[in-house]
Amino acid sequence: MDALGEFFRVYQTTIGVIGINALLALSVWITLYAGQLTLGNAAFMAIGAYGAALLGMRVGVSFPLGLVLGAGLSAALALPLGLAVFRLRGVYLAIATIGFGEVVRVVLLTLPFTGKALGLNGIPPLTELWHIYLSLAVVAYVLWRVQGSTVGRAWAAIREDEIAAASQGIAIRRYKLAAFVAGAAIAAWAGGLSAHLNFSIEPGDFGFTRAVQILVYAVVGGTPSVAGPILGASLLTALPEILRPLREYRDIFAGLILMGVIIYLPRGLVTLAELRKTRRLQEIGAADVA
Amino acid sequence: MLLECDRISKRFGGVHAVAEVDLAVAPGQVFGLIGPNGAGKTTLVNLISGHLRIDAGAIRFAGADVTRLAPHALTARGLARTFQGVRLFKGLTAVENVLVGRHARMRSDVLRRLWPRGAPDRRDRERAALLLERLGLTRPQALAGELAYGDQRRLEIARALASEPRLLILDEPAAGMNPVESARLRELMRALVAEGLTIVLIEHDVRLVMGTCERVAVVNFGRKIAEGTPVEIQASPIVREAYLGSEDAA
Repeated sequence: MDALGEFFRVYQTTIGVIGINALLALSVWITLYAGQLTLGNAAFMAIGAYGAALLGMRVGVSFPLGLVLGAGLSAALALPLGLAVFRLRGVYLAIATIGFGEVVRVVLLTLPFTGKALGLNGIPPLTELWHIYLSLAVVAYVLWRVQGSTVGRAWAAIREDEIAAASQGIAIRRYKLAAFVAGAAIAAWAGGLSAHLNFSIEPGDFGFTRAVQILVYAVVGGTPSVAGPILGASLLTALPEILRPLREYRDIFAGLILMGVIIYLPRGLVTLAELRKTRRLQEIGAADVA
Repeated sequence: MLLECDRISKRFGGVHAVAEVDLAVAPGQVFGLIGPNGAGKTTLVNLISGHLRIDAGAIRFAGADVTRLAPHALTARGLARTFQGVRLFKGLTAVENVLVGRHARMRSDVLRRLWPRGAPDRRDRERAALLLERLGLTRPQALAGELAYGDQRRLEIARALASEPRLLILDEPAAGMNPVESARLRELMRALVAEGLTIVLIEHDVRLVMGTCERVAVVNFGRKIAEGTPVEIQASPIVREAYLGSEDAA
């Protein structure tokens, strides 16, 4: 077997998880791009994961239909939730969505058919790498095109100045809600894929830690462009593997790298290229003066 | 009348920010709104543009009752405004700011954009470029936040005009402008009115108001204390008192 094939075989799970995390990072990117800090995407992921797995195992729904129904259910829940929470802004909005995440987690711990604390086991491993990466490619392409559309511009305007945006004819609530619902559907899709990749899920997988992780992927990668969340999720998911030689110190180094990125590249890894360009411009400017 | 305010009021706690103000703005004129600092001019504008909810009274715009309409719905009906102290989308380029201003006149192009080579907003971009040119803005790709202050003010006007309004409310547009820029603004207003636009001008600079407006209303302590032609207003003892303080107090 050639080296590349060997690499894929060894790291198959990691490669799959990278793709799923990239999808999750993109799901939260949408609301971040519209200037809204929401932390409900781990819960939407849970809804997609449990939805797809339960529908497949108990009802006999096919895998793709399970993914679609999971995403649909998540979007259907996101709509009324969004109507309620988008009365809030900033930290208050974030806390309200954390609250929703906790409710979902506790419901999954309590319901008779979700396996309670043990979760679901023996989920058929139907997710192939190409499912994940095709999904990622489609979502990334669509979001990239949406960014330059009337909708993407409206989101950016809301992020920059909500009051002025309203004066330009933008129906603020509607656009925030659209971002939230789209993010919920994508997170659920990623959840469904991950359930059928890992063959077991439990409520603890989708708690607050998970919600923060998703946010960190997007922010570290950078929110100015669609490439940011993908980059952030890839790097931060691969980092523990890359740092494996450091053994017990690897989490410390992973933490330090995270701090370094946030301090020196507050707008994310994607701005690295931009930064170098400005540096060069400054050097040229300095040379002109000299 | 294009815009009619019928005894509109707004209270903040115990303060009557706007109290039973009547306004009637005829189409094709520049209507001035003046008054000392804190008189309630901006609150009045925020009520008209839908940014503040009205407590009592009614507003009619272009013949329809718009009292409870949200800002975006008013923009769709042809009302545009600028803000005191400039509220641009600083992280977006100048041309993007103007394109956002066209939002109410553009159909959603999300689906058409899914086609890789689709550029459905080309005509809107051309119009945006023309507007920037008209306002004398030469750097369409510069970030709005990086423009000089006078340029930011004019960009805000370009953004407001992009929605093809029937009524444009300018909230202290000349603040921070030098005399040359201020004179150019006056010319622009004249040209716009000649094209059929109606303007409500909120201004501190009494001279600018007197030189451009057909009618002027004066507010103080949230109430309209006078209305008339610039000449009448200048002659009014009530207005002098409002601006200079009453002689008894002095």
